[in-house]
Amino acid sequence: MELTVREALNQAMSEEMRRDKDVFLIGEEVAQYDGAYKVSQGMLKEFGPKRVIDTPITEEGFTGLGIGAAMAGLRPIVEWMTLNFSLMAIDQVINNAAKTRYMSGGQFAFPIVFRGPNGPAEFLAAQHSQALQSLFAHIPGLKVCAPSTPADAKGMLKSAIRDDNPVIFLEAEMMYSWKGEVPDEEYLVRLGEAAVRAEGQDVTIAGFSKPMRNILEAAEALEKRGISCEVIDIRSIRPLDEETIFSSVKKTNRIVVVDEAWPFASVGSHISHLVTTNCFDYLDAPPGLVAMEDVPMPYNREMEKQVCISTDKIVKAAESVLYL
Amino acid sequence: MINDKKIFLTLLADMLLVRRFEELVARMYGLRKIGGFCHLYIGEEAVAVGAISSLDLKTDYVIAAYRDHGHALACGMDPGAVMAELYGKETGCSKGKGGSMHMYDAGKHMFGGNGIVGGQIPVAAGLAFKIAYREEKGVVLCFFGDGAIHQGSFHESVNLAKIYNLPIIFICENNQYGMGTDFRRVSAIDDLSAMGKSYGIDGKQVNGMDVLEVYSEVKKLSDEIKKKPGPGFLEIKTYRYKGHSMSDPAKYRTKEELAEYRQRDPIELLKVRMIDAGQLDEAEYKKMDDKAKKISQDAADFAESSAQPALDEIYSDIFA
Ligand SMILES: Cc1ncc(C[n+]2csc(CCOP(=O)(O)OP(=O)(O)O)c2C)c(N)n1
Ligand SMILES: [Mg+2]
Repeated sequence: MELTVREALNQAMSEEMRRDKDVFLIGEEVAQYDGAYKVSQGMLKEFGPKRVIDTPITEEGFTGLGIGAAMAGLRPIVEWMTLNFSLMAIDQVINNAAKTRYMSGGQFAFPIVFRGPNGPAEFLAAQHSQALQSLFAHIPGLKVCAPSTPADAKGMLKSAIRDDNPVIFLEAEMMYSWKGEVPDEEYLVRLGEAAVRAEGQDVTIAGFSKPMRNILEAAEALEKRGISCEVIDIRSIRPLDEETIFSSVKKTNRIVVVDEAWPFASVGSHISHLVTTNCFDYLDAPPGLVAMEDVPMPYNREMEKQVCISTDKIVKAAESVLYL
Repeated sequence: MINDKKIFLTLLADMLLVRRFEELVARMYGLRKIGGFCHLYIGEEAVAVGAISSLDLKTDYVIAAYRDHGHALACGMDPGAVMAELYGKETGCSKGKGGSMHMYDAGKHMFGGNGIVGGQIPVAAGLAFKIAYREEKGVVLCFFGDGAIHQGSFHESVNLAKIYNLPIIFICENNQYGMGTDFRRVSAIDDLSAMGKSYGIDGKQVNGMDVLEVYSEVKKLSDEIKKKPGPGFLEIKTYRYKGHSMSDPAKYRTKEELAEYRQRDPIELLKVRMIDAGQLDEAEYKKMDDKAKKISQDAADFAESSAQPALDEIYSDIFA
C-alpha cells in the first residue's frame, strides 16, 4: 500500500505497541495534540494516556526517565519534538544510555528509541536548522538510523523498537509527507544494512535521509548525460554497512558522499576517510563530499538555500570526481 | 498604583503599536513575505510593554524567548528594523540572519530572542552577574513562558541568582499554554509564583491584562533590587489570542475561553479607564490607533523596499 513517511512511522509504533505492552511513547505534545508533526496521530485514542504520554518541556528529564525505564526493563520510545532540542538531553543519552552497559560489565540493556525530525526544514534559522547526526554517530554504544523512504521508516523503526540497544532514529520534517510503497504484510528492515537504490558503473553517490531525494535527482540528471551512477542509501549510520559502500567504490572507482551536516568531523567526512583507507588502490579521484556550508543557518531564504546541500551541488561534485 | 496621564498615554501607544504591528505581521505572513516559525504577541501586549516601560534601558537589560516582537518594540527598537528582520532583509536588526525568533539590539539592551525553550534564562543570570560584578545600578528582566518554567535551566538559574544576589527579575509570562498544553496539565502546582519559594525568592502573581498593574509591580520590584541586589520573581498571568505559531489552529481551547479573555483586553481596559477618568476621548484614541497603524505600515514598506542580504554574507559574523 502507499503510505507517507508520517503514516509509516505511526504504523511502526502502533504495531509494536500492540505486540508488546512494555512499549510506550513519551514526549512533548505526543498525546492530546497528536504530535507536533502529527506522527503520533490517533495513538492516544488507541493506547490511552498510560502509554502515550505528554510531558512538560523538560527534555533532560523525560529523556532520562525513558533511559531509567529502559534500564529497568521497559521499551520506551522517546520523541524529541525536533533534534535541536535533544541538545538539552544529550548528557543523559551519552553518559547514561550509551555507557552504562559497558560501565556495569554488561549487566544492563537499554532497549530505547529516541526519535524526531533532524536537519534543516525551511526558514527556521540557526537554532532550529541543525543536522546533528555527527554528535550521536560519534558515540560508541549508540545505534543511529536515518531512513529515506516510508518502507524503511516503518521497517527500521520496528527493528529499532525491538533492538535491545539505544537507537537514535533520525527523521526529517520535510520528509514526513513523502509517499512510497510499503509492504502490506508485517516486515522488518534490519539495522546495519545499506540499500543500493540504483546500480551504475561510473560513480557512486552515497547518502542518507532527506538528501536521498537530491541524490536520486542528481543521478537522473547525470544519467541523461550518459553518466551511470550507483546510488547507495546508507540508512543505517551506526552500525555502518561498509561492505556495500566499499564494493561499490571498487566497481565505480569514484564516490561522492552526501551528508547535510557540517563537514568538519561529520559522518560524511568519516565515510570518505574510510573509503580512502580501504579502497585507496581502486580510487580514480579523491572522494567528494557534499555538506552543509560550514556556517550556522541564516534565516533569509536565499542565504539558506546557499548554505544547504542541493541537487546541483551533488551534480557538480560528481562532475568533479569524474574530472568533467 | 500610578496615576500619571503621560505614562498612561505612552503605555497605550506602545500597546497599540505592538497590536497593529503583529496584525500586519500576520497578514504579511499570509502573503509569504515572512516565513518559518512566527509567534505573535497579540493579547499579551501589557506584559512586555508594562514591564519594559518601567526600566531605564541605559542601565537595565531585557532578554526574552522566541515570542519576542513585542519585547523588541517595547525596548524601543526601530519597527522598520524588526519588520525587515521578519522579511529577512539586510536592514533587519539581525541583518536577515535571525528572523522572528531572534530579535537583538545590543545598543538598546535587548539581548534576544531565543528559540530554545528556557535557553535564555541562565544567560539572563549572566547579564545580571555583569551588573553585580561591575557594581552598576541596573536590573535584568528575564522573560520566559509557563512552559519554560519546568526546564532545569530555570531552576538552576534562580538558585544561582539567589546565592550570588544577582539583580534580576524572572518574569514568567503565563499565557496558560505551552504550545497545545494547558499549563496545569504539566505543572505540579497551579500557582507558578510559588516556584521561587524553595530558592528563597518570594514570588507574586500579577494580572497581565492590566498594564498599570504590570508597570507598577515591575517598577516597585526593580527599585527595591537596585537598592538591595537580589532576584525577584513575578508570574504575570496573560493570554495569547492567536495560536502558538502561525501554523497552530489552537483547537485545544474553547471559543468561550478566548472570548472571555477578549473581554479583558489590555488595550480596551486602559482605554476605558482613561476615558472614564476624562484623560482620553474616542477621537484622541482613534488618532493614536491610526498612528500605530501608520508606523506598522511604514515598517512594512521599509522592509519591502530593503535589499536582500548579499549571499556571501553567510560567511560573516561567525567569529568576532
Ligand atoms: C528546548 C525546546 N523544547 C521544545 C521546543 C518547542 N517549543 C517551542 S515553543 C514551545 C512552547 C513553549 O511554551 P511557553 O514557554 O509557555 O511559551 P509561549 O509559547 O506560551 O510563549 C515548545 C514546546 C523548543 N523550542 N525548545
Ligand atoms: Mg505559554
